[in-house]
Order: sequence, then structure tokens, then C-alpha cells
Amino acid sequence: MPARGWIEVSELYCKGCELCINACPQNVLKLDMEHLTPKGFHPAQIFQDGCTGCAICSIVCPDAAITVYREVIKKPVMADGGV
Amino acid sequence: MAREMLKGNIAMAEAAVRVGLEAYFGYPITPQTEVLEHLSARMPELGRTFVQAESEVAAINMVYGAACTGARVMSSSSSPGVSLMMEGISYISGTELPAVLANVMRGGPGLGNIAPSQSDYNQAVHGGGHGDYNLIVLAPSTVQETIDMTVEAFDLAEKYRMIAMILTDGSIGQMMEPAELPEMRPVVRKDWDWATNGAIGRERRILSSIYINPPLEEETNLRLMKTWQKVQANEIRYKEYYLDDAEFVVIGFGTAGRVALSAVRAARAQGIKVGLFRPIILNPFPYAAIDDLAAHASAFLVVEMNSGQMLEDIRLAARGRLPIEFYARLGGIVPFPDEVLSEIRRVATTKLSTAQHPRDAWLERFLAQSER
Amino acid sequence: MTTLAIPENLVYSRPESLTPVHNHYCPGCTHGIAHHLIAEVLDEMNLRERTIGVAPVGCSVFAYNYFNFDFVEAAHGRAPAMATGIKRLLPDRNVFTYQGDGDLASIGMAEIMHAAVRGENITVIFINNAIYGMTGGQMAPTTLPGQKTTSSPNGRDVETTGYPIRMAEILSNMDGAGYIVRRSLHDPKNIRLAKKAIRIAFETQMHGLGFSMVELLSTCPTNWGVTPVEALTWLSDHMIPAYPLGDFKVSEHIAAIKL
Repeated sequence: MPARGWIEVSELYCKGCELCINACPQNVLKLDMEHLTPKGFHPAQIFQDGCTGCAICSIVCPDAAITVYREVIKKPVMADGGV
Repeated sequence: MAREMLKGNIAMAEAAVRVGLEAYFGYPITPQTEVLEHLSARMPELGRTFVQAESEVAAINMVYGAACTGARVMSSSSSPGVSLMMEGISYISGTELPAVLANVMRGGPGLGNIAPSQSDYNQAVHGGGHGDYNLIVLAPSTVQETIDMTVEAFDLAEKYRMIAMILTDGSIGQMMEPAELPEMRPVVRKDWDWATNGAIGRERRILSSIYINPPLEEETNLRLMKTWQKVQANEIRYKEYYLDDAEFVVIGFGTAGRVALSAVRAARAQGIKVGLFRPIILNPFPYAAIDDLAAHASAFLVVEMNSGQMLEDIRLAARGRLPIEFYARLGGIVPFPDEVLSEIRRVATTKLSTAQHPRDAWLERFLAQSER
Repeated sequence: MTTLAIPENLVYSRPESLTPVHNHYCPGCTHGIAHHLIAEVLDEMNLRERTIGVAPVGCSVFAYNYFNFDFVEAAHGRAPAMATGIKRLLPDRNVFTYQGDGDLASIGMAEIMHAAVRGENITVIFINNAIYGMTGGQMAPTTLPGQKTTSSPNGRDVETTGYPIRMAEILSNMDGAGYIVRRSLHDPKNIRLAKKAIRIAFETQMHGLGFSMVELLSTCPTNWGVTPVEALTWLSDHMIPAYPLGDFKVSEHIAAIKL
């Protein structure tokens, strides 16, 4: 199963341009219409499960506003040290 | 170092090399191309930077970039090429960087000719580029002075973080005279606290002339003004000849001043009590010294190879207290000493009026004389 | 949804070479993408402290505010000349210019051509968005035929104003040029390719292999009069046919560089 990921969108930088929303292959992003950044933009946010931490949003973000995390899947270690 | 026969342009170039010029960017233009050619051989020989740029526009911007690194940099050109440099000069001034430029003036306006003139005085002294800025303008009249002023120019530029311009002309640039070059000094790239040479182990720096916020631009403008006040207080330079008992004072700079000196000496031999005041640094202008002379002399005779540019600064300093006469040759023509001597005799023996502007009076006389 | 963020979970964070400053570019303007790609590459190459940028006149006139390294501000079009002056005196530093289409292909044409002719070891990042952004949307030398701008209100008339200028092709003809490529910033795949090109361009400089330029097809949603997302489509539909993506000059030494 795909890794789980999550992102943080910085309110200092996000301008609500929607390029990340447009690019996200998992369609987990949308603008937060309930909220304004200090500069007066509606920031992008994750609104449903499915983020895989692919980081495509951060590639297209013109403001480097997105920090991307992906769960590290640790492979089980065998008793003899092999995997 | 021994005196040797040196051509003005070459002496200027070599003097710069001797005092640690690290980079020269230029473009050919008569009558100063020897500067470019001499440095095209010398700089690579010494492992230093030389670039013949694609234009004077490019050259001055290369100077701009190089100056940001804190190295000693120079360009040279002649009147039309210096016009092309005006944008870059304004930028360098606004960014407060040291650099040395030379303008070997020629006849103009426009393409003009390649003969000597002094018609870029206003461009140099009263700001040819946009905005409120100043250049320190040095005006040699001999090959030796050219060397000495080139050496000074680098020191002044660094002392005040501005451009020092050597304002010479085709005559001085092309003539050969015995002169002495300074000893070769090692290149020293100073570690200025403003230079953008890579933020290694330090906070990064920006060098720019843009201050989009007007109060910040005003701050910069005020800072430039305060610096200029320091230059005005400390860098007035002129030479005085036979002024102790002079009734009449001839005033001229560069080649015009040199020719005038010969005329003044001849006039003295004929018993006329005349002296010469020759500004060495044109900006800052020696207003106070002229003011002083105006209080005591009977008349001034300003001699220039232009239509009366320094004349206006003399008139400003004199404040109408005495008649000011004017003599000029234009078009790239250098006046002969006996022309200036005739003028001195006219000034000494005629009842002078202050009714007409000296330029108009000169033009009337000059045209009338040409018609004869 | 939120999981404890431990360092090994981190996939991407804002590069060190960008200052922590909100930038003034319009929302969705691809200048910002170019900026973060440059910053990431400099971080990866550990070149931040040795880099000196030359800012142009145009929307990116304030680029010096957004990068965390030494920067100088050039007169319009003169950045390659300024970069020449800097690089000749600091040959071991990484010197790059960042220029728009007016700065590079109009007023700065002589300076960019001759920097390439001389084979100056500088890198040029050329932002081509077929319009003049900062001054409010006038025609650029790169504006497409028929494209409406504020100074070509009836659409660019090739009879009187000529055809768009393809700078990558032109500069690739200079023997002094080492690496001349055109990429685009309109989708993730092309952005990744652009980043790689920027990396190779800086490697070209660091290896002393000649003049390098990465032309980046970019959007200007505001002056094209479309949304940021629509602008990406306009770019791929109209600009790519006029400005083919690809490598126009890659010297064999550069091709051999192992990253």
C-alpha cells in the first residue's frame, strides 16, 4: 500500500494560487475558504485522506510554502539480521 | 623612477597599473584608444583583468560589477562614449562604489571630431547622468599631472566611495612629454565591509541603487550629500601663478590653463600685472578661492575650449563684483598663447563693462574679427 | 491526520538559499518556481556562500530580497556585463544573472550576445513569459504573433514588429557557449527537468566549461489575463510550439559531467 504523507502549508508564504491543488495527483488539496492568511489569501490545505507525500505540490508551489512529510515504512527485521 | 618621454594616454594607463589597477574595461574611441591598447597588453601580462567590451554601455556596467568586488577598476573613453556611460555612472554613484574613469575630451556635440576640447565640463561637473550625484573631477594640464592625478583618483574614489573622473583632452592624451611614473606597487584587494564577494562565513550583502521606498531613497540622497560636503571641505585643489600683486586674473583649466600660463608669462614680461588661477579639481569647485580673488582683482579673463561652461561657475563665485571677460576656441581648436596675450592686453587697456554677458561679448568680437 | 514529524519523515522543506520572506510576485507566477529551483540546486551543491547573483530590472528586480546570498542590482539589460566584471575578478565564485525577456532580449541584447561570444563563465537564468510584466503587460521581443498586449492592443503585427525571438537557438551558435537549453515550468515533469538543467548549468560554470543559459518558459497570469492554472495551459498550448523545449548546445565535456 502506498506510504502515507502529510503537508504543512505556511501562511507566511501561501498566496492561494491553486497550482498545488491543480497538480496534486491524489486530489487531497483545496483552498480553505473559511480562513485568510495575514496577507489576505485563502491558503491551500489538505481536506481529505490520501496524501502520499509525493511532494508534487511542493515542486509546483511558487512560494516554497509547503513542507512535505512521508511516513517511513520500516521493514521488519528478522531474528538473524536479514530483512 | 627616472623621467622618460611618455604619451599622455599611455602615462595615464601605466600610472593606473602602477597603483594596483586590477581590472580595465573599455572600448576604442579616438583620442584615447592608446589607453585600451596599452592595457590590453599590460594587464594580461600581469595576470590582471582586461576586457574590450562590446560598447561603452557594456564597459561601464562591467566596471559597475567589478567595483562591487572591492577591486581597483577603471574605464576610459572620450566624449561620445562618456555620454553612453552616463546611466552606468548614475548607478555606480547611487550604489556608492569607488571607480576611476577618464574622459579624454574631443570636439562635439554629436560625433564632432577627434581634436581636443573642454566641452564636457558641464557633463562631468554638473552631472550628465540622472539624479543627484557628484563625481570628483580632476583636470590635469600636463602628462606629469595626468600621472599624479590618476594616482590620486584611486585614493579619492576609495576614500569617499564614489567615482573620480580624470577630465583631460585629446591634446594632453596625445602629446609626449618628459614625466615620471610611480614605482610599481603590489595589488592589494582590500576587504571592504560592503563588497559582494561571496557570503562565506558572514551575513550576505546587497549592493544596489534601488530604494523603492521614498523615505529610504531620501536617506540615501542625504547620505550622498553629507559625503559630498566632506569632499568639498577637504578636496579643493588649484594652482596660483603670479597672483600676489595681480590686478587681472586669468582663469583656465587643463590645456586652456596651460596655454594661458604662457600668455600670462609673456604679459608679465611686458609689464602687465596679470596672474593665473588654474583649478586642478573642478568638482568640488574652488568657489571660496575665486570669491576671494573677486574681492581684490579688477577683472577676470576666463579662457576655455568650450562655449563658457566653467565661466558660469566663475560668475557665480564672483557675484557680479567685477567685470568678467571670456575667450574661447571651439570645435577642437586649441588657442595659441598669443591669442590669449592679445586678450590680456585688451582687458588691461580697455574700459570694461559688465552690461553684456561675457559669452555674448566674446562671440560678437570673435565673429567680427573672423569677418575681417 | 497529523503524525509526529521526525526528521526521516521529511521529504521537502523550503531551501536554505531562500530568505524567509514573503515574495511580491503575483499568485501563481512561475518566477517563484524558478527561484526555489535555483535555491534547491545551490543548497545541494553547497554553493550558497560562494554565489553572487545579479538582479535585473523587471518583476524580479527585488530578487535580491529572496535569496540568502550576496546580490547586486544591475541596470536594465546590463546584468551580463555586470556579471562579467564580477566573475573576472572572482573567478572561483558562482556568478549568475536572472533576467526576463525585456531585460535579456530587448535592451540587453548586446550584453547577452557578447557575454556568450566571449564565453564568460557565468550562468544566465532567462525567464521567458512572452510579455513585459513589471511595467504592466507590454509587448516583448518574445511576444507571440497576434498576442494582445498593452502596446500591441490589436495583437502583435509581424509586419511592423517582427517575429518572436528565440534566444536559446541564437546563443547556441556562439562558440563560447557551453550549455544552452530551454525548459518549461508548466508542470511537475518539466519543472523537474528544469531543475536538472539549472544544476548542469551551475556545474558548467564550476567546471569552467563556458557560458551557460537555461531559458525557462514561464507564465504571467496577471498580464495574460488568465488564472494561474489557466496560464499553465496557455503556455503549453501556445508557447511550446513557438519555443521548442530541448538542448541547443551541450558540449561533450558537459555531457560527461557526473552529477
